[in-house]
Amino acid sequence: MSERREFDVLVVGGGPAGIAAACCAADAALHVAIADDNPSLGGQIWRGESASPSTKEATFWYQRVKGLGVEHLAGTRVFAQSEAHTLIAETDSGVCDIAFQNLILATGARERFLPFPGWTLPNVMGAGGLQALAKSGWNVRGRKVVVAGTGPLLLAVAAHLKQYGADLRLIAEQASWQQLVPFTIGLWRQPSKLKDALSLRRQLLGVPYLTSCWPVAAEGKHKLESVTLRRGARTWSVPCDYLACGFHLVPNTELAALLSCAVENGRVRVDDLQQTTVPGIYCAGEPTGIGGLELSLLEGQIAGYAAAGRLDSARCLFADRDKMRRFPLALERAFALRPELKESPQPETLVCRCEDVSLSRLREHASWRAAKLLTRCGMGPCQGRVCGPALQFLLDWKPESVRPPVFPVRVESLIAASSTDSETLHNAALRS
Amino acid sequence: MSSNANTYDVVIIGAGIVGAACARECARAGLRVAAVEADYVGGATSAGMGHIVVMDDSEPQFALTRYSQQLWHELAPELPPDVEYMACGTLWIAADEQEMQEVRRKQQYYGARRVPTEILDPRALYEAEPHLRPGLVGALLVPEDLVIYAPCAARFLMRQARAHSCDLYLDRVTEIRDDGVVLQKGGTLSAGTVINAAGTWAPELTPGLEMRPRKGHLIITDRYPGFVRHQLVELGYLKSAHVLTAESFAFNVQPRVTGQLLIGSSRQFGVEGKGIDNHIVAGMLDRACEYLPELAKMSAIRCWTGFRAATADKLPVIGKCPSRKNLYLATGHEGLGITTSLATGRLLLDHLLHRTPAIPLEPYSPSRDMEVAHA
Amino acid sequence: MRDAVQMKVNGIAIRVPRGSTVAAAVLLAGRSAFRRSVSGELRGPLCGMGICFECRVAVDGQLHVRSCQMLCREGMEVTLSE
Repeated sequence: MSERREFDVLVVGGGPAGIAAACCAADAALHVAIADDNPSLGGQIWRGESASPSTKEATFWYQRVKGLGVEHLAGTRVFAQSEAHTLIAETDSGVCDIAFQNLILATGARERFLPFPGWTLPNVMGAGGLQALAKSGWNVRGRKVVVAGTGPLLLAVAAHLKQYGADLRLIAEQASWQQLVPFTIGLWRQPSKLKDALSLRRQLLGVPYLTSCWPVAAEGKHKLESVTLRRGARTWSVPCDYLACGFHLVPNTELAALLSCAVENGRVRVDDLQQTTVPGIYCAGEPTGIGGLELSLLEGQIAGYAAAGRLDSARCLFADRDKMRRFPLALERAFALRPELKESPQPETLVCRCEDVSLSRLREHASWRAAKLLTRCGMGPCQGRVCGPALQFLLDWKPESVRPPVFPVRVESLIAASSTDSETLHNAALRS
Repeated sequence: MSSNANTYDVVIIGAGIVGAACARECARAGLRVAAVEADYVGGATSAGMGHIVVMDDSEPQFALTRYSQQLWHELAPELPPDVEYMACGTLWIAADEQEMQEVRRKQQYYGARRVPTEILDPRALYEAEPHLRPGLVGALLVPEDLVIYAPCAARFLMRQARAHSCDLYLDRVTEIRDDGVVLQKGGTLSAGTVINAAGTWAPELTPGLEMRPRKGHLIITDRYPGFVRHQLVELGYLKSAHVLTAESFAFNVQPRVTGQLLIGSSRQFGVEGKGIDNHIVAGMLDRACEYLPELAKMSAIRCWTGFRAATADKLPVIGKCPSRKNLYLATGHEGLGITTSLATGRLLLDHLLHRTPAIPLEPYSPSRDMEVAHA
Repeated sequence: MRDAVQMKVNGIAIRVPRGSTVAAAVLLAGRSAFRRSVSGELRGPLCGMGICFECRVAVDGQLHVRSCQMLCREGMEVTLSE
């Protein structure tokens, strides 16, 4: 079943950046829609909050997006482009051609996973992953949880899980305190962030927060039973039910790359008005560089105003955004991955989880492309989203170019993606 | 022992499956071999379906595909698991009585040439492949056809070559000379014999070689083990593969050892870009769903394209190049490169060593007149 | 449970809060392993956001559904191959 919709502005991605962008575009009385894979708006940080937002900020934006009549295309996964200014998306019931004058990509980020022995055991999850499940109806009360990896997300996740009643054993941050201190000091310049940090610290009193500490193995027979941590010369095991482990975030740039927007060093290049190198396509939030909630909201607003032609309104926000511009770099420095993490995976540790390809098999190849074709690493349904960032860190392999579909879709969706054409060709084929 | 490290008996341009097969044959025969590859696993070998199939479009095509298939059977015990050798056979499917007549004709043709086949009536067909749409009339089963994973097969062949002291250069040949080749990174390789097995790039190095790239698309699905047991091809495939119109597609579905389904096939002339053509994919999948309706709901994970090296008369060029001394060609295999790679290597070696080949080489001669249409 | 959805996981009836995802329902049904990998390892959800495909289950007969992205519906039947 094929549908065609048209909008002045299409926003792909319903997290904070996408919501802010849609609001600002709709504010200019334009016909705006947000297309998002998830059942509800909110992305990762506001997941599950559309009915009851947890912060004043979230409340403000949720009310605004509803009040401005932005159309929410839920469960809608964009997978290809059919022609200029038209994207194709799959829904549970069929396919939707979405035409637009201007496009705003707010596709967010995903966690970086690094392999270590036992990382594929059930109950080893991403930090954001475990939080997402807790926000989606699952009960963590009383479960022993170790949070590990790197990044400010660890603290947010830990605090959240603790609120939900999890028994938080400890937080292991691989960065050293020397790396973190400049970052923490820098927070003085951002009073709201400082307030967040202090609040987190309060919530997590009593939970050990160990820097220079990282997981080297997860153990268990059919599921996780304990995690082995290393800190300096010491390694020890912590019994736990869940390991929430993620190594910061990587931008979701696949759709931007498919649309020929310049992507450099894993980030979508944008100008001051958040426009990509393709006129009429804007990008806001984490895909331009991992910078957190506030920067995402500012970039989203600027992109929304710019896409609506309200350049003065966009420019009014430049100063606030530019104040935050140092944040992504500061984050990267503070949470830079230590080289010892490359030693955690053993030769038989799986790196590609879709096709079960071990590190030793991958090391036989000189490039991502050869490894892909000869081991099938990266050819599974995740399309390299999990193993790619890991291999970039472990072996310095650069990702390959992107082809449609940027997401696995039903065969019938690929057929519907070009419905009139296929009919003509099909009839022609029958005749010959 | 040669005095110059860059001197060989044979230099092979291209280490796709055809070049690798040639390298293996020559190296195992004791020749000093160098293979030069510009873009490892970048050519048609990695893009293709890996279907090893006998074809009966013409006598020479049959001879080459059957001979090569037998060589694959012989090689089977040596192939490592990642080559995923699967003796699943082909089912040529008849949708109507006219196609059923074609099934009978094929059976006679193959029977006379000692290729085992079996005609399946509708009951036997649906027992063999329960997910085919109702209303089909029958099929021809060719049980000795098989499926492999070509990139790993090419790697295996090249490994065997290197075990017999074939050198592999990851470089690009910029020029073929009478006494060898010139490399892009600098330097030359001297050889008394040069074999151009560069597929769609072959005409760049051998001007006048009449070959055109013929684009194809493939889709692979997620895992649905047991859904399809044989390679399934519609009889209209022959019309598609051998007609010279700009665009055509035909139902062609392959089960992989993983349970994934590989769905093809399409052909386009005159399209140079590697990008995905949505309308071709749509047409190809639409046709596939006509035969296997349940495909519609299956998850398609990836789509890719490749270019087949196609000659005007649908036969490859294997043999001495008329325009140069010491140059041999092993290219132009269109959609049968993986099938006929082993035979190509063996025949070329026989030719170089002045041995009588198992099948006549003349029909594939680069000197032949390609305007002559085959019956 | 005030606003709940009745459904089945591997034939066993369970009630989950409305708005829960199928992944949460499977976990609530006491399962950690959702499926087996291609080489037979037990696997469960990893990313929680629909990109890793480790949480796939069969929902009402449809294979390879990402359970973390699907909301539970009344009468839904979820089947785990494991």
